[in-house]
Amino acid sequence: MKETEISKHTISVLVDNEAGVLARVIGLFSGRGYNIESLTVAEVDAHTHESRITVVTSGTPMVIEQIKAQLSRLVPVHKVNDLTLSGPSVERELALIKVIATGEKRVESLRIADIFKARAVDATNSSFVYEIIGSPEKIDAFIKLMEPLGLSEISRTGVAAISRGTLTM
Amino acid sequence: MAERILNGSEVVLQALADQGVEVVFGYPGGAVLPLYDEIFKQNRIRHVLVRHEQAAVHAAEGYARSTGKVGVVLVTSGPGATNAVTGLTDALMDSIPVVCLTGQVPTHLIGNDAFQEADTTGITRPCTKHNYLVKDPAKLARTMHEAFHVASSGRPGPVVIDLPKDILVGKAPYLEPSQVQHRTYNPVVKGDRGQIEQALEMLASAKKPILYCGGGVINSGEQACKLLAEFTRTTGIPITLTLMGLGAYPASDKQHLGMLGMHGTYEANMAMHDCDVMFAVGARFDDRVTGNLDFFAPGSQKVQIDIDPSSINKNVPVDIGIVGDIGHVLEDMIKIWKAKQYKLDAAALDGWWKEIEGWREKHCLSYKQPKDVIKPQHVIRRVHALTRDRKTYITTDVGQHQMWAAQHFGFEHPYEWMTSGGLGTMGYGMPAALGVQVAHPDATVVCFTGDASIMMNIQECATMTQYRLPIKTVILNNRYMGMVRQWQQLLHGSRYSESYSETLPDFVKLSEAFGFTGMKCENPADLDDAIAKMLEIDGPVILDVAVDDKENCYPMIPSGKPHNEMLLGQETNGNEAIDSDEGMVLV
Repeated sequence: MKETEISKHTISVLVDNEAGVLARVIGLFSGRGYNIESLTVAEVDAHTHESRITVVTSGTPMVIEQIKAQLSRLVPVHKVNDLTLSGPSVERELALIKVIATGEKRVESLRIADIFKARAVDATNSSFVYEIIGSPEKIDAFIKLMEPLGLSEISRTGVAAISRGTLTM
Repeated sequence: MAERILNGSEVVLQALADQGVEVVFGYPGGAVLPLYDEIFKQNRIRHVLVRHEQAAVHAAEGYARSTGKVGVVLVTSGPGATNAVTGLTDALMDSIPVVCLTGQVPTHLIGNDAFQEADTTGITRPCTKHNYLVKDPAKLARTMHEAFHVASSGRPGPVVIDLPKDILVGKAPYLEPSQVQHRTYNPVVKGDRGQIEQALEMLASAKKPILYCGGGVINSGEQACKLLAEFTRTTGIPITLTLMGLGAYPASDKQHLGMLGMHGTYEANMAMHDCDVMFAVGARFDDRVTGNLDFFAPGSQKVQIDIDPSSINKNVPVDIGIVGDIGHVLEDMIKIWKAKQYKLDAAALDGWWKEIEGWREKHCLSYKQPKDVIKPQHVIRRVHALTRDRKTYITTDVGQHQMWAAQHFGFEHPYEWMTSGGLGTMGYGMPAALGVQVAHPDATVVCFTGDASIMMNIQECATMTQYRLPIKTVILNNRYMGMVRQWQQLLHGSRYSESYSETLPDFVKLSEAFGFTGMKCENPADLDDAIAKMLEIDGPVILDVAVDDKENCYPMIPSGKPHNEMLLGQETNGNEAIDSDEGMVLV
């Protein structure tokens, strides 16, 4: 890959779930001028109090290497794994999408939701809240189709990702 | 083992004692009164009262940098902590091990905008290696020990422990240092053997090799410096040091090319530019070192050795990056070099040295000392000459005088040179000297400063007097913020905007007001006597030397220029200007 070419990377970070750890990670990105395209965090081990942060970022190969080295340097960080480099991985995101419409538009939104395997998790006579799970690209496509059909509010979780196969962090 | 239950302040003091702490630099306040009460009741740990919290951190840095130990700071909440921020940032940039204890309002008041409350962990997160807010008394002892481990291991740095007042007053169990181990923080010290072999093979095939060494060597310790000398002499290759690396290799040795970078020597920078194999050892390719990255050492293969993986490939991509402690890696390098009987191409190396000798002929640091006005470089050289038979430590502030000190004071040993490199903090010099003198009461400690820098922490004169610290402060007084003036002259059409020191105090009277000797020197003929007298006086002295106010610091690589486009200065006559729009934008 060319030194100047910017590419997108999904990075998993295992951290101690202690006060301020998320601020440390986010502060590192803002302080050093790195991009955050998406960031999710939740505790994954209640016994050891470990949280997993999934961050989608972009940069040149040198910048991506810096990001990983800088993350590894934080004292509460256990492991850093670049899912984009370490082999095939699964990325999923959940979105809740509110569509306010009546008549044909309302029916059309329901038909498209069906194609995308989105579920209506709330309904009134003039609105739906769809729940859709998939890759960020799939959610983007769904949102685009909902735009002319009364799209009014979006809430997305950001990406959660894990490597395929027997490989673990 | 039965748990020992103490109160929080006792735990803190016990932990400091068990960590081998002898002295704490601090300033009391409401939130840390319980700790100060505990300090009052004991005599194992000495407290040095500074006059501003920034100075406490610089003093701890001076102490740490001149001993290799951790410097300890104690300040109160709110303004105590915020005043410490500059010092913490300075320690972070220069990788100095410091543990800073900050007071905090009681836990139940945190977040309520209580009196002297500040979000200390929030504010110091980006300017510390790590920080802690202790909310659980059970974690107090563990946090104390962990902080010392984090501050001093790996790439050293400052660590803050924020201590709410109720934690200091309440009961807490004590743990010995041996009972505490960090779960995940464990820096790599041993370098990868395969990579070391590859690197040495690369070096053995070099025709124009160079060692470029930084503060990391000194942080690794005296042994690392000895190993560096052994490796350098075994291979016979040239070595250049960064500002932070001065003293890691003896300045007087013929293989030493002097400091490199913006105000480095001509031979060091030319050798960096023309080298074919570069070994960066404990150095981080700072912009002051590299100049324009697009033209940095264009024909070279690079090896970088650093304990911090994030330093490798940060600014300059290298061919081989070895993560490890410099001392450990150098030890392996020497072993392998000898075992494999590597030899450099003698003819090529000879040719390389001839080229270097040619650059040395420029005598880039030379100056003429006239009869009527004292050249600032001359002051540094004379202090160096007159302190040769003493154990001498040098601290500086920031600006022209700092660069002249770096260029003209030959440092032979590690730990003897204290300067604010990364952050460039004016006001560092005198408080750092406090810390050095506290650590080495019998040594000569000289602080080179400027008329502007000295004013930034002038209140520390009172600390010098109180503890009878016989620091010799030499002001190179040109009545300007000299480096600002130099840049304004070179880059901004000699428009000296706000860089003239309009109303300086009378430093002799000022010294006397603080209770020590002040001296003034204006005549070149009096300089040696003044320095000798200053050194003889048993107590603090400020020597105010009036120096040539037109003198610029050369050689100089202007911002945005490559190494081989240095300005040498000798051919200029005071009305030089750099025609560079790029330079105006860069710092």
